[in-house]
Amino acid sequence: MQGEYIIKQISIFSENKPGRLAAIAEALEKSNVNIYAFSIAEANSFGVVRALVDKPDDARSVLEKLGFAVQFTDVIAVRMKDQPGGLHEVAQILGDAGINIEYAYAYSGREAAVLILRVSQAGEAISKIQAAGGSLLRESDLG
Amino acid sequence: MHSWDPRIEEMPKAELEKVQYRLLKTLVYRLYSFSDFYHARMKEAKVHPDDIKTLADIRLLPFMYKSDLRDNYPDKLFCAPQNDLVRYHVSSGTTGKPTVVGYTQKDLDLWTTSLARALTSCGIGKGDVIQVSYGYGLFTGGLGLHYGAERIGATVLPTSVGNTERQIELMQDLKATAIACTPSYLIHIGEAAERMGVSIQKDTQLRSAIIGAEPWSETMRTRIYETMGVRAYDIYGTSEISGPMFSECSEQKGIHIWGDIAIPEIIDPETGEPLPPGEHGELVMTVLQKEALPMIRYRIGDLTQILDEPCPCGRTHPRIQRISGRVDDMLIIRGINVFPSAVEHAILSIPELSGHFMIEVDRKGSLDDMLVRVEMAPEALSDKINDLINIKRKVEHTLKNALNVAVQVDLSEPGSLPRFEGKAKRVIDRRVF
Repeated sequence: MQGEYIIKQISIFSENKPGRLAAIAEALEKSNVNIYAFSIAEANSFGVVRALVDKPDDARSVLEKLGFAVQFTDVIAVRMKDQPGGLHEVAQILGDAGINIEYAYAYSGREAAVLILRVSQAGEAISKIQAAGGSLLRESDLG
Repeated sequence: MHSWDPRIEEMPKAELEKVQYRLLKTLVYRLYSFSDFYHARMKEAKVHPDDIKTLADIRLLPFMYKSDLRDNYPDKLFCAPQNDLVRYHVSSGTTGKPTVVGYTQKDLDLWTTSLARALTSCGIGKGDVIQVSYGYGLFTGGLGLHYGAERIGATVLPTSVGNTERQIELMQDLKATAIACTPSYLIHIGEAAERMGVSIQKDTQLRSAIIGAEPWSETMRTRIYETMGVRAYDIYGTSEISGPMFSECSEQKGIHIWGDIAIPEIIDPETGEPLPPGEHGELVMTVLQKEALPMIRYRIGDLTQILDEPCPCGRTHPRIQRISGRVDDMLIIRGINVFPSAVEHAILSIPELSGHFMIEVDRKGSLDDMLVRVEMAPEALSDKINDLINIKRKVEHTLKNALNVAVQVDLSEPGSLPRFEGKAKRVIDRRVF
């Protein structure tokens, strides 16, 4: 069952100017949405805020009501050893399999470090990681 | 092809030019002799009617401007006494004082003849029922089309503008086959019909639409055809030249300007120099036979180009392309003329954008800096920055090709740029010279 390891990331397109992140964060706070992980990618005047949250549907609807353009994106989350070489291990598996990492961000959780990946072929990435003995997170494992 | 007046409309070009020269020469002599205003203008420009020796010498003559009409409000430019006038029309004057146009009987006849030729060229004639949904009154659209349609023996349904549901009922009951109105009103009728459960395509006989007095596009033409089954023809004119006068023929490849009625020229709006056929610039019109309010080289302010090659329909008269914008809107960016309409056209061709945009112009040091804010179409959003950068590059590239000048591009969130009702104000020019 690979599908259970596909995690819904919310991607928010935003102009790169003061106050935009605050507006997003405020909206999430008001609708009681907790953010597990997030990153900002920027290029000149615009950026994309990507986040894993506990209630993605709520987050999307509140942000859309404020006029933000929001999309769901499929990502996977991989447990890493929180020690030197942890990232190398995961990246090596994907590199060997010829799977391109389009972007990634990470957080250090209570039990392990987690690497969130947007890859070219999510299904194949999941099976390769599992075959190599790696451990993936379900949406319910986040937090 | 069926022409209203084949002898004139299919006259060999050389012969037509002889007719034009004779009419121009007569007009210039008449104005030099009888118009104080134009006499003074010609003196100032050091031109005498004797200097006009060929048709091309029209370029020696001084221009007339909208401001001349305003400054001489209401009737100081008229060359006919009031008791020879049979009608007035008055333009709305959105940007200043209104302008008044007077007509003698001969002026009305020529205007009507021009429209009879135009309507016939769109395939409309006796047996057709034309719903005239242009405003009747001071505006030239309603009455102009009304008389033109009667002249060709069509049945006129003079609905004017408004009361759209009743218009749709009458269109069905009286089996209107053609409509004359603004493009936005035609779209409005289509939407209202849909709400009433009426299919223009299936439940009415409407097959053609003569639309103008507002800018519209090929995209709209396709949409009108696909949603209503109606072939739309572009019609052109302004009150100063009489009213709506010229239209596309059934080929839909440019607007025929009847050469015995008017001479179109295209000039560089900055220098006033004539531009060769095929080049884009400001339209200047000389109306050859007007009695009450003659117009020589009138700077209409619309942008287009002359299509000089013969039209496949067989008519020999020159054509102009669909109006692409107004000179008043032109920006000069680092010495290059930039028209917001060209920006709009380029942006509409990019599917990743919503079509809304804003232009901001600043001065950085001694250089002009033009920024075009474009709005993403929601479907084109991506969580990958590379995709967004590629869209931005595509927009920059498309604009550079269209404008011949490099501009900055900013992608904006869907729905974030201002929406305009009525006339859009998409340019913010902060330059101080």
